[in-house]
Parts: sequence; structure tokens; C-alpha cells
Amino acid sequence: MTELINEIITRLANAAPIIRLLVVIAIIIVSSVIVLAVALLYEGLATYAERKVAGDIQARIGPNRVGPYGLLQFVADGVKLLLKEDIIPFYADKWLFIIAPYIVFTASFAAFVPLSYSEHIYIANLNVGVLYILAISSVVSMAILMGAWGSNNKWSLFGGMRAVAQIVSYEIPTVLSLLAAIIIPASLNMRDIIAYQSGGLGIFRWLIFNNPFTFFAFFIYFIASIAEVNRTPFDIPEAESEIVAGYHTEYTGMRFAFFFMAEYGDMFVVSALATTLFLGGWQIPFIGNIVMPIWLKDILEVAVFFGKVFLLIYIMMWIRWTLPRLRVDQLMELCWKYLTPFAFFNLIGASVWVLLLHGKGVYDIITGLFVH
Amino acid sequence: MVNVDERFMEVSMGPQHPSTHGVLRLLVRTDGEVLTAARPYIGYLHRALEKIAERVTYPQFTPFTDRLDYLASMNCNLAYAMTVEKLLNIEIPRRAQIIRVIMAELNRISSHLIAFGSFSSDMGAFTPFLFGIREREFINDLFEMTCGSRLTYNYIRIGGVSKDLPEGFIDKAKEFLDYFPGKLKEYNELLSYNAIFIKRLANIAVITPEDALDYGVTGPNLRASGIKWDLRREEPYLIYNELDFDIPIGRGEMGTVGDAWDRYMMRIYEMEQSTKIVKQCLDMLAPGDYTAKVPKVLKPPAGEVYVRAENPRGELGFYLISDGSTKPYRLKIRAPSFANLSILPKLAKGVMIADLIAIIGSLDIILPEIDR
Amino acid sequence: MEPKGIYDILSKTFGSKIKQFLENTFPPTIIVESSAIVDVCKFLKNEEGLNFTSLMCLSGVDLKDQGKMAVVYHLFSITHRHKIALKVEVDRNEPHVPTVEGVWATANWYEREAYDLFGIIFDGHSDLRRILMPDDWEGYPMRKDYVYPKKYHTWDV
Repeated sequence: MTELINEIITRLANAAPIIRLLVVIAIIIVSSVIVLAVALLYEGLATYAERKVAGDIQARIGPNRVGPYGLLQFVADGVKLLLKEDIIPFYADKWLFIIAPYIVFTASFAAFVPLSYSEHIYIANLNVGVLYILAISSVVSMAILMGAWGSNNKWSLFGGMRAVAQIVSYEIPTVLSLLAAIIIPASLNMRDIIAYQSGGLGIFRWLIFNNPFTFFAFFIYFIASIAEVNRTPFDIPEAESEIVAGYHTEYTGMRFAFFFMAEYGDMFVVSALATTLFLGGWQIPFIGNIVMPIWLKDILEVAVFFGKVFLLIYIMMWIRWTLPRLRVDQLMELCWKYLTPFAFFNLIGASVWVLLLHGKGVYDIITGLFVH
Repeated sequence: MVNVDERFMEVSMGPQHPSTHGVLRLLVRTDGEVLTAARPYIGYLHRALEKIAERVTYPQFTPFTDRLDYLASMNCNLAYAMTVEKLLNIEIPRRAQIIRVIMAELNRISSHLIAFGSFSSDMGAFTPFLFGIREREFINDLFEMTCGSRLTYNYIRIGGVSKDLPEGFIDKAKEFLDYFPGKLKEYNELLSYNAIFIKRLANIAVITPEDALDYGVTGPNLRASGIKWDLRREEPYLIYNELDFDIPIGRGEMGTVGDAWDRYMMRIYEMEQSTKIVKQCLDMLAPGDYTAKVPKVLKPPAGEVYVRAENPRGELGFYLISDGSTKPYRLKIRAPSFANLSILPKLAKGVMIADLIAIIGSLDIILPEIDR
Repeated sequence: MEPKGIYDILSKTFGSKIKQFLENTFPPTIIVESSAIVDVCKFLKNEEGLNFTSLMCLSGVDLKDQGKMAVVYHLFSITHRHKIALKVEVDRNEPHVPTVEGVWATANWYEREAYDLFGIIFDGHSDLRRILMPDDWEGYPMRKDYVYPKKYHTWDV
């Protein structure tokens, strides 16, 4: 994206500065709209996929009437939510109530920025990509609390407080487990991390196979990230059967839809982070160095990236429809007494490995033996 | 209730709430997430059935008993029919008795399936509810074949049953009974022995045997506390004394005897036993009358009787005072859920909100019965 | 134990407070003086050989023609498997019955129901308020001479 902008700016070197400024702004707006459209399309199809997966697990069919195989169900849902009455409770704190869904959605959408979808397709090549994603995702917890407090509803407050406690606590195992992987390519830049995982038949240099500590780190990260996005078994903030609908009890129509879409966006971001750091990002397994035109390789890489991310999302959905919900104190116990110490010692182990073996992974060691 | 203590939050759960199994209002006083008191408020579904009983004739009241516990209509019909038959002192033909047992036990299975399903969805595992509904469809089909109705049957009448079993009932029932135990095994693997589920329920809300007897708790809840008491075995009615079935009791397998898990598991065990009973009954069926000769205008002799039957939720008792006319003088309905709910304030001290839901679900109450 | 045997033991212990024995009800009924009901129930619960562990049901009955209100207790013993019914009859205009809440905790809600629907006041009850009808309802619906109100608050009944 930045390269595109630079290219266009150099081509317009002769034009007046105001025209260059306008062109840049136009490019930014257009590209944002494209990314927003793709993100919304994903989120719509994610709701459809969720219902189909749920139906499959529950021995029923799921939506199949609106459009071919029910694919347009999310369009129907979107239209319905747009047309619903916009109710703001009389005693609600109006500003907080209104702003909260927008902030949640913005934070979730803003985290799409540093992701790279293929070797040449990316939006921004941030040097601190991973850190940026982690930081922006924490804004979600603040916005949830805003929504819960602004609703002026005791049940929402319960939900909001549970959500903040949960998200803030689970950040720690998340970060600790990610660190175990980051220290190997020694960079927070997502493209560098993926580039590090190239070679090795496209699969064996994945960071998850690098050393046993990153292997465990992946699972710790996955569990902690399910808690980050408030999915069952960690969905107490919105535990429908206990506190009606938790922090989004009082929200109707499109405001409710924003919370909902933000949850799926978060799922995508968290899975994409897991894919980038542990599963090799857009590295195509077993293709290696077959020569092919760049556009074909890009398409394949995008497909592979989305495939890996959707696999992780499918696993999240699968877990949701299978397991019951943990109680608040059991959830906190899991985080502080089990995941955090485990992640911490895991990190120490990974650091020792990197120190002793100079960042070489299991695959490097094995191939190293054969070379000599 | 009027002293406002600022440390505690008073929240009203219900009357509209996804998990209170009907219109029940619980005024809950919480200190953070921990409850200090829970007070049930009932009467939202009071339809004055006892007053109506004084105005309609004995046969006319049978459909009203369906609506007492609509998930176990056959059992409610049965208890009422037995009460009036006790006054009339008539002999029910053997075939009618066997058909009554088959219907009562099938209805027990379908009632427990709903209890199991709704309890699991309260716990956050949404899938077993749909599995339970799927199994229940078979039973509903059987009932629809016989009496035309899928929920409130009005089938077991004073003197016998209203219609004989249709062609093909026995084969269809046997098909269902062969298919069902495999499903119970599936439920156990999916939910009953799931670590999260056990963590949520073990050692929660233990009802000691003394408390159970003191508060009038009956049915699976009483048996879960370790007291081996089942009316079908102790005061056999119909042909239960000829049938071979076990009475499961709570043994505290996962925690303490009488905790929520034991109460939940009682229902699974009872479903197993009911399939056994129905299988035996289907083999015992022989041609005969499906109803005794009952006069068109029913005038039982003056007297007072109290008859009770083992409903899926406990003991349903009818206290009937007849003054010799066609209408009852006083009909008191002793509903099992009324007594089961009365122990809730005692159990709810010191638990968390999530546990409150577990307690209500494990007691398996149904509001129409409580409110009549 | 046979119901007649239970009646004999009670008559011996409580004398004239035990008024009558009705054999043709199921289970047989013993009519007890209302002032003695708590002691009788305690005795029935705790006495060896009787051990009535459970109160199966507590009902109010409106005997309008006799000018009385009755409260009927159906008792049951899980250890000895015998049943008995107790009946207390009080004046219809001033129905007062001592509470047996202290003997069986389940009586709490049943007595509230009898109060709610019949207006029988249970002396000593810890929390005697309406249970099925709304808290501000007027009248006692299950009485034989109950007249339905035309309106409740602003709604037609």
C-alpha cells in the first residue's frame, strides 16, 4: 500500500502540491473503503458460517432459504437490523451509550491494518505490527465498559465488569506466549516474521515447529485468545442465560450489530496473528520454489492465508458449540493460576533455547546434521 | 426489603429471563458476584385451577391437569384419574393399566430430555438441548399417533385411556427404544463427564437428606440426596409392582452426595430406567379393554382422598373432597415444584450468580405447576 | 402402624384435644383441636414408632355450610411408611391456626398459600404474606362466597 502511494506520488511529481495531497487522500479513502468492504463481507459471512457450523454440530441444517444455500442470510440480517427501532434507554448516559459500539468496531477494524495477506498484498508495513495489534485490541475492553456503564442497567454492568476483568487478565498469557515466538525472528514486523518462516518445504520452518516451547506457546495463545474475544467457554460477559445479554442488553438494531461484527473481526485478527506468528502466515506448504507468475503466487498465498485463518476460526466455532461455560472465578483461576505461570516458564524455556542454539529450530538442527 | 444497604446490589432476575424456566421472579441481593439472599416471587402464572375445579365436572377437569405440568401431561392426567378412581372404587382393565404405564414412562423420558437440554443450555453448552429435542420428536410422534396431540394429551381419562393404541405403535416404540440408549451414551460423553460441566456443578448447592425431607423435596432431587424413595416402588400403582427396574440414588460421584451434579445425573439414570420399563410393558401388552365402564354422569360418593403419583419432577398429589355431586367440593393440587422451589432461599446463600442458575436448573422446576 | 393405632396413641397422650377419628377417608383423618396442633405435630414427628418425617400437603378448606374453615395436614413417614391426615377446624369468621413451620420447614409456603387463598391466619408464622395473588389483592379467592372484583387497579378483571 505504501509502495503504491509512493509510486503514484512520484508519477505526479509535476502536479501541484494540492493535487498530490488530494490524490493521496483519495487513495487512502478508497483503500480504506475497500478494506472495510472486505472486512464487512467477511463478518457477514462469518455469521453465516457460524450458523451453518452450529447447525452441523447440532444435527440440523442451518440457514438455507435466503439465497443459494442460505448465503444471503447475512444480507437479510443486516437489513433487518438496520430497520429496527433505535431505542436508547431514558436514563442511559447518552454519549457513552452511543459511542461505545463505534469504538469497539473501530478498534477491531483498525487491527486489520498491519496484517499481510501475501508477499505483495498488505496495507501497511508497520515495524511494530504485533505490538500495534495487541494495543489496539485492548481498546475493546474499555469500550465494552463504556457501553455497559452507559446502559444504566445492572445486568449490563455485571457484563461489562466481567468483560474488563477477563480481557485484561488474559492479555498476559497472550503476550507471554507470543513473546516465545517473537524472540526467534527477533522482530515485531509481521512481514519479517513471515519471511523468517520461508523455506523448509513451506511447512517445517513454521515457528510452531521451531522448538517445543513455541509449540506449547501456540496452544496457550489460542486458549487465551478465545478468552480475549469473549467466545464460549469464556463468554461470561455476554452469558445469555445468566445475565440476559450482558453488556449489550440494551442495544438494539445496528448498534447491536456493531458489537457483534466487532466480535467476529476480533476473531479474525486474533487468528491472523496466530497464523502469522506460528503457522507461517502466507507460506504455501509444499510448493517451495516452484516457479510461477507473481500474480498466481499472490493469489495462492492469499488463499493459503485465509485458509489457515478460517481453519482457526472454525475451531473456535467448534469449541463454542461443544463446551459449557466457565464460571467467573474459575475463569480467573484458569488464567492466573494455570495459563500465566505456564506461559511464563514457557517463555523462559524458549529464551534459553534461543540463547543456547542461536535461534536455530528443530528443523535447522536436523538438516544441519545431514549437511555435515 | 426496604432498607437500602449500599454495599449490596439488589437485582431482580425475571420475571422475564432466559433461564428461570418460566415466569419466576427472583429478588437477588448481591455483594459483587456473590449472593447474600435470593427470594422467589411466584404467582405470575396463577390461573385459579383449584377454583375452576369447583365449577366443572370431574371429567371436564382432565384437560386442566394437562396444563399443570405441560411437559409431563400424561403423568398429571394419571394422578388425577387415580384420585377420582379411588373415590369411585373402580377396577381398571389390565390393558389400560399397561398403556398408562407406557405413556407415563415415555412422558418421563421426554420431560427429562427437556430438563437435561435446558439445563445444559443454561450452562452455556447449547448443543445438547437440540439433541434432546431431536429425541423428543420421536416420542411426540408416538403420542401424536395415539391421541393426536404433541404436548397436552388429555389421554389418560377417568376409568382408563381415551383411545386404544393405534396400529404400528408397538413397532415404532420399539424402534425408538433401540435407538435411544446409544444417544444417552452420547450425552454422557458430550456433557455429563465434561470437565468444565463437572467443575460448574460439583459441590454446588448440596441438599442434605434431612433438609430434603424437611422442605418436602421429592422426586429425583430427593433421590439425589441419597434417600432411596420412589413411589413406583414403595406404593406401587398400576402395574409397577410387576416390572423390573432400579431406583438410582445419588452417590456423590463427582463431589458431595446431593450436589447439583447428582441431581442432574439422576435424570439421565432415570431415562435409562424408563426405557427398560417401556420395553417390558410393550412385551406385556395383550388384547383387552382400554377403559372401564364409567357412567356418563360421574357422581362419586362423598368422601375425602389424597392420592399421589411419581411425576418426573416429584410427587404430584391431589387432595379431593367430594360432596356427592358432579363437581368436586375442593380439589387441592400438591405440586412437586412448589416444594422443590421453597428450598431455594436456603441454598442460595453464599453462591455466585452463575451458581444460582445451576441451582434452579438442577431443581428442575416448572412454573405452571407452582402457580396453578 | 395402623391409623387406628396412631389415633389411640394420640388420644392417650393428648386426651380431649383429639376430637374425632374419621375412618372412611383415605388416609384416615384425625380431627385435632387447633390449639394443640403444634404439639401434636411435634409429637408425631419425633416419637419413636411414629416418625412422621414429611408433611406431604397442607390444604385449606372452606366449610361454609358448617361455618368453619379447616386446615388439613397430610403426613407421611418415610421410615415406617404410614400415612395419616390431621384436620383442624376453626371458626370461619376469625380463622386462626398456630403455625407448624417449626416442625416441617415445608409448611412455610403451604401456610402462605392457605392464607393467601382462604384468609386463614397462621399465628407465629415468620413471613405471612400473599404468595400467589399480587401483594395488594383484596379478598380471599378460594372462599365459597368470594365475589370477583370488577377492577384491579385500573384494569377490568
